[in-house]
Amino acid sequence: MSTTVTELDALESESIFVFREVAAEFERPVILFSGGKDSIVMLHLARKAFAPAGVPFTLLHVDTGHNFPEVLAYRDAVVKELGLRLEVASVEEYIADGRLRERTDGTRNQLQTIPLLDAINSHRFDAVFGGGRRDEERARAKERIFSLRDEFGQWDPRNQRPELWSLYNGKHRPGEHVRVFPLSNWTELDIWNYIEREQIPLPSIYYAHERDVFERDGMLLAVGPYSQPREGETVTQRLVRYRTVGDMSCTGAVASTATTAADVVVEVAASEITERGATRADDRASEAAMEDRKREGYF
Amino acid sequence: MSTLLRLATAGSVDDGKSTLVGRLLHDCKAILADQIAHVKTVSEARGGDFDFALLTDGLRAEREQGITIDVAYRYFATDKRSFILADCPGHVQYTRNTVTGASTADVVIILVDARHGVLEQTRRHLAVAGLLRVPHVVLAVNKIDLVGYDEAVFTKIAKEVNEVADHLGIADLQAIPVSALVGDNVVERSEQTPWYDGPTLLALLENANGRTDTSQQPLRFPVQYVIRPQTDDEYRDYRGYTGTVASGTVKVGDPVIVLPAGRRTSIAGIDRPVVTPTSTAVVERPSAIAGEAVTVRLADDIDVARGSVIVAAEASPGTRRELAATVSWLSDRPLTVGARVLIKHTTTTAQAIVTKITGALDLDTLGVIDAAELALNDIGKVQLKIAAPLAADPYSANTITGSFLLIDAHDGWTLAAGMIDDEEGELL
Repeated sequence: MSTTVTELDALESESIFVFREVAAEFERPVILFSGGKDSIVMLHLARKAFAPAGVPFTLLHVDTGHNFPEVLAYRDAVVKELGLRLEVASVEEYIADGRLRERTDGTRNQLQTIPLLDAINSHRFDAVFGGGRRDEERARAKERIFSLRDEFGQWDPRNQRPELWSLYNGKHRPGEHVRVFPLSNWTELDIWNYIEREQIPLPSIYYAHERDVFERDGMLLAVGPYSQPREGETVTQRLVRYRTVGDMSCTGAVASTATTAADVVVEVAASEITERGATRADDRASEAAMEDRKREGYF
Repeated sequence: MSTLLRLATAGSVDDGKSTLVGRLLHDCKAILADQIAHVKTVSEARGGDFDFALLTDGLRAEREQGITIDVAYRYFATDKRSFILADCPGHVQYTRNTVTGASTADVVIILVDARHGVLEQTRRHLAVAGLLRVPHVVLAVNKIDLVGYDEAVFTKIAKEVNEVADHLGIADLQAIPVSALVGDNVVERSEQTPWYDGPTLLALLENANGRTDTSQQPLRFPVQYVIRPQTDDEYRDYRGYTGTVASGTVKVGDPVIVLPAGRRTSIAGIDRPVVTPTSTAVVERPSAIAGEAVTVRLADDIDVARGSVIVAAEASPGTRRELAATVSWLSDRPLTVGARVLIKHTTTTAQAIVTKITGALDLDTLGVIDAAELALNDIGKVQLKIAAPLAADPYSANTITGSFLLIDAHDGWTLAAGMIDDEEGELL
């Protein structure tokens, strides 16, 4: 009999521990679910944590209105199949009724913060699970697993609670809530190794497929209703996959021939560019783009 | 053996922790092209050379002030093993973040600036590492290039730190002369220090033993959450107790005691979840070891809830409502006798009263001095009276059932990291 656990099993156990702590100590937890690979792994782990019972959490999707149709179809199928409850906070609705204004660059990732905070307030969610990983980005590397947010949803990176051993402190005052990141210690490669090991189905855009794309700022953007080539940008059909899913207008694809999770593991291990560097235009906006958004209440 | 090693850095302001971490990651090729391009752009815009600290100092305020404010977690791997690195701040104001990083570390790297030698923060961080019983401490005597690669400077600092470490009961301390800026003895061996015949920092980390294997210790299983599906199917009468095995091995048939009630029973089953895209079920497994998150079922229908601890029948710790403990005080508000706080110990949160402050650690003499209160960053000894019985072990025997948090009941702030003293009641 083995006397220690493997790395992937250790990560799985750590995450399951976090889900159970939240289920035990909070009244109204919710899982942010975008249909992206991290939130899919998060849901898979939540199901393991409470098996054979169901997941005791609602799902919340902050929908930019710029989604990949394959991802929305996946989201709806999962909710139906598992009998989950899904709340949708729609950026589109906020723009339609004037509570938000479209940005000049047409991207909507930044616009998610207010609908998210409104949903947290109106449903009185007290714990909000996010699939953020510390290896993704400089500001996310600073995030605690339990991260207290004030009544404005703000993150104060200079005044975070100490987080000791695996004793997670979920105490909060009325109006405050806690963001919980069960995948904090996972890397992109861990996620893909786990998807392969557990044979977790993903939306098809995560695997190589032919798509009309054009190049902008070194990224391959899909031609679609929300992203059109500008003058001088030529459209070509390429074999691509996505490393992240988000707003179609600012999420780039990468050239790839990977058609299985095992193929993706090989590509990710050899990649010389980070997941966000390869695919997220909005992180390039400034030196501290993610920190600024997180301070306002973004994930 | 798991190949994962958890590291934390510690040291004083400006001794080059972030530069060392940046150098380590860079020379291990753990920094990808877009991250390097970003640091280059920012470094050049500021009119300077490539600033390794920018690889880890991610916050606006950190970059503006050139200091690290909060822990940044980094993930990297070599051919030999993978690492989780907590890059902790050095400023005394942020010592609580060093405690945060060190509480889960297998190795703490304490930096000393070769020009300045051992400072109060060095002693504090050594005390924290000793207190938390971090298995390995590495002393990185940094900026060795700025003292002309002088062996005597290195030897003097190493000797002084060794004396402090001995006093604090730190068993394993290894000193390395490094220059984070130039890269001496970080990943590549330096030709400038022919007098040093030990390993490079990376070689040392690659070969360090990971966490102590606790699967041979007596079983401790704090119950987190009870699963009762109450569905119409095969799980109608299912009642499972979830938790992570804190120490030992749990096997089907093992006699156990459920604390705090003290009821004897045995393990009827251990379940492993099996989820498919459409179904959620469990299958039985024969055993589970420390570190695994599992669900157990018991032979008898007894009262078990969150806060219960299932322990080996032959090695029960019993319960206690009074504790003597060493605490690292993490709050701006001082601790005084009579204070009412919350204690979080495994899965129990209960009210507690501080009945006595026995003393505080004097960082100069490393002796215990009388103290009427504990202020921010103090390490002291206290006695607590608790409103509920706790199934607790000394921290020296079990870091999970021997540790606790003190929490402010009003605003929820974490006030202290606590470690339960053993019978001798030694401070460290």
